[in-house]
Amino acid sequence: MESTKFSPATRLTKEEIDRKWWEIGDYFRRSSLWMLMYCTGCCAIELPPAMTSAYDMERLGMGPMATPRQADVLLVTGYLSLKTLRRLIYTYEQMSEPKYVVGFGSCTINGGIYHDSHAVINQLDQYIPVDSYVAGCMPNTEAVMNGFIDLMGLIQTKKADGWKRYRDNNAWYKKNQIDSLGVVRVKDEFHD
Amino acid sequence: MISIVNVLIALGVALFGFTLQTSVGGINRKIIARLQKRRGPKWYQEFLDIFKLLSKRATSHGWIFDFGVIMALGGIIATAMFMPITNNIIAFPGFDNFFIFVYLIAVGMLGMAMSASGSGNPLASIGVMRALTTMLAYEVPFMIVVMTIIKVSGNTSSVSEIALFQQMAGNNWFMIALPIGFVVATLSLMGMIGKKPFETYIAPAEIASGPMVEYGGKQLGMLFIMHEITIFIEVSLFVHLFLGGATNIWMFLLKYIIVYTFVNLISNVNGRFKIDQVVVFFYKWPLFLAVLQAVIAIYFKWVI
Repeated sequence: MESTKFSPATRLTKEEIDRKWWEIGDYFRRSSLWMLMYCTGCCAIELPPAMTSAYDMERLGMGPMATPRQADVLLVTGYLSLKTLRRLIYTYEQMSEPKYVVGFGSCTINGGIYHDSHAVINQLDQYIPVDSYVAGCMPNTEAVMNGFIDLMGLIQTKKADGWKRYRDNNAWYKKNQIDSLGVVRVKDEFHD
Repeated sequence: MISIVNVLIALGVALFGFTLQTSVGGINRKIIARLQKRRGPKWYQEFLDIFKLLSKRATSHGWIFDFGVIMALGGIIATAMFMPITNNIIAFPGFDNFFIFVYLIAVGMLGMAMSASGSGNPLASIGVMRALTTMLAYEVPFMIVVMTIIKVSGNTSSVSEIALFQQMAGNNWFMIALPIGFVVATLSLMGMIGKKPFETYIAPAEIASGPMVEYGGKQLGMLFIMHEITIFIEVSLFVHLFLGGATNIWMFLLKYIIVYTFVNLISNVNGRFKIDQVVVFFYKWPLFLAVLQAVIAIYFKWVI
């Protein structure tokens, strides 16, 4: 029988080591989600009770942030007209990776009560990748909190990969954006 | 003699300061949450925030932007290395002069100002301008009080010797001996660590968190570490100058936590001043009271 005393230690490949580091990072990323609230529609009224003493999202480690660069989650609360969609795309592209998007209400899923408007887009997922939806018109505050906990679960199971999809299928997203808006150019007026 | 042991102790002091202030900051978030009838985050939430920021990818806005962040963090760590913790734990004995802290802390602040201006965002420039204006406002009354302390404690400006001076005569802390000066210094401390009435240069709802507006990911994580160590330096200076320093480490922890929690509690029932109100406020009452305290203590020699 071969001695096990001097058997070589199991070597991890580079991918396995990377995956372990990524899992450690995922723990930190899901326990400290900073939100950027893009309050375009009526679902935004559900955020104050979720943040203050009624439901207290700070116990999950979430909090509001002032600028897109600092934030991890983009909350799109409600319908998006073509004018606000352009700003939303600028905002989304400024966020630092890994970044996640949560769509609120039926307006971001299929247009909701604005489904036949000429100025409002119907499916947000055509323009930027959405990781988690909170359905309802408007969703309950309990549903909003549930949506955030769902997002944490998705980060843990590595299913919240919208930022990777946006990078891999960038041509498809850009084509949809240009079809709706005409021209989309993220202009950086400080360094151009 | 300065040996490698001193340098290791000094790095330990900086690491201790970071760990202490990050934990105390997390505990204070919980205290404030209870004040507002909430549950509050975990006590180690600030660590999670910082490690999460370090695990993210970040964009750069040119090499001045990146270099300024490193300069800010390095300058603040270098300042924290000189800080005495107790009577015995001093990394560089004899070099803990008050003016060393005043000069070295400016390196970190200027690094941050340079880096924020390098991002090119106008809100960052407004934030830097407001931070420097606030500094101009609180430094004058604070310096007058500290000069009074240096005069009263026998013309020594060494922080650990001022602490020893207070411990010698039956724990006669300057908090009790110079009560008016203590009030002025508490107000200045709130301005220094950027607490609520004087929080004009962060102002998230107004100028989108001021100097930090363009930071994300690793750079923001480094700035958070820098911010924690800055608060550690300022609060421990306050403990040594007014609360008689510490004979052992537990006494230091107790005094540190009490001072920071007290300031934080005052801060969280206040609104935010405008920048001109900050300057007018500091140049009106705290400056007058500081001069009054100096006259009473130095010319009339009425020290309790």
